[in-house]
Amino acid sequence: MGSAAPSAHRVLPTLQKRHAPLAAGAEQRGLLHRVPVARSFEDALDTAGLYPLRATGIEILQLNVGKKCNQTCRHCHVDAGPDRVEMMPEAVVDRCLEVIESTDIPTVDITGGAPELHPRWRELVTRARAARKHVIDRCNLTITLLPNYAYLPQFFADHGVHVIASLPHYRQKGTDTQRGDGVFEESVAALRRLNALGYGKPGTGLVLDLVTNPVGTFLPGSQKALEAEWKRQLLRLYGIEFNALYTITNMPISRFLEFLEETGQLAEYLERLVTAFNPAAAAGVMCRNTLSVGWDGTLYDCDFNQMLELPVDPRVPRTIFDFDLEALARREIVLGPHCFGCTAGAGSSCGGATAV
Amino acid sequence: MHAHYYDAHDLPRFGEIGKDAPALAEKFFDWYNAVFAEGALTEREKSLIALAVAHAVQCPYCIDAYAQDCLRKGSDVEQMTEAVHVAAAIRGGASLVHGIQMRNHADRLGM
Repeated sequence: MGSAAPSAHRVLPTLQKRHAPLAAGAEQRGLLHRVPVARSFEDALDTAGLYPLRATGIEILQLNVGKKCNQTCRHCHVDAGPDRVEMMPEAVVDRCLEVIESTDIPTVDITGGAPELHPRWRELVTRARAARKHVIDRCNLTITLLPNYAYLPQFFADHGVHVIASLPHYRQKGTDTQRGDGVFEESVAALRRLNALGYGKPGTGLVLDLVTNPVGTFLPGSQKALEAEWKRQLLRLYGIEFNALYTITNMPISRFLEFLEETGQLAEYLERLVTAFNPAAAAGVMCRNTLSVGWDGTLYDCDFNQMLELPVDPRVPRTIFDFDLEALARREIVLGPHCFGCTAGAGSSCGGATAV
Repeated sequence: MHAHYYDAHDLPRFGEIGKDAPALAEKFFDWYNAVFAEGALTEREKSLIALAVAHAVQCPYCIDAYAQDCLRKGSDVEQMTEAVHVAAAIRGGASLVHGIQMRNHADRLGM
């Protein structure tokens, strides 16, 4: 494989651009609730002794700084893409930085869209690191090949950013099917640059983790087994190294929800998630230690609830401007049928399987 | 009586084969699970072998189960298609190599 130049990926219009009804969170929630399933998520949690589900603290502040992205992945739960204009405004960024700098929340997890497209992304990283936070950037890799963003790998390394990058498969076909033509080749080039800076290499302290979502409607297999396979194959085929592989189940939200509905697989997929409910995975779901901030400052239990427009419980502060650590740290989590996506099999979260 | 022999809904009922012979079924399923556990071969490699054999024995239940299983274990469709070709090559080769038996008979009987 030669050096990849940034190419025009196959860019699909977002649901919003197409004025598709499922662009609205309420429409998605309505569709999910209309699908008959064997039991509600609340019932499933109850049988596991976990209902009502409560947060156990806030260890991760996840900032979704905007929906703009240079890719339009087919499974994207954000409905992100180049045509999205939502970007976290100045006042919300300022308030997020106040919260980061004035609390002992240890981890700041920055996501999007492609979060690096936000004009104040560098400031967020720099100030969060100065406040001694562990900073995660959820990177789509191809952004680092765009001319204006070629500085990113060195910037990541200089600031000790923990890079979590998406790569659904170690072969081209699966990756390009999900993320767009040409994405695989560019991702390999980006990973090689990160490796050259020490990312993913033992002893450097520069952490490069990969995320795989199934390229289809099946559930991910064992994270441990897949990680071993991904490591062996990426090294063998491309000389690429990385630290950990996270398996994430495709959530029946936004563009993946549209795909399920269009292909007549929605009921079957939800049934698959419900059948695979795992109490051990439920106990470790990410919403229990994460607080998710939307681009407009609204607070959510997770990025998925954010896209379904389901803010945190109304009994606690619902925007970053009213942030109250004590109240939010013990909040009751807002649930829906989509939550079965995080508790199926070995579980799924922004940090991968929850019951490994 | 069903009008067809195969029904996709029968696959998840596989465990019912233990009715009336639970001890035998238990031995089978314990052994089956042990066979597919990670060992000298990875779970992914075993799943690809199972997929190929499923095609050789032409079991639609097994093809359904192991197409899903292969994907879950990280194989992609190109790798799975190559596995099916392996099964087909062995099936085809097995027929063809018996042609030597045919030739032996023909040689013996002919002039």
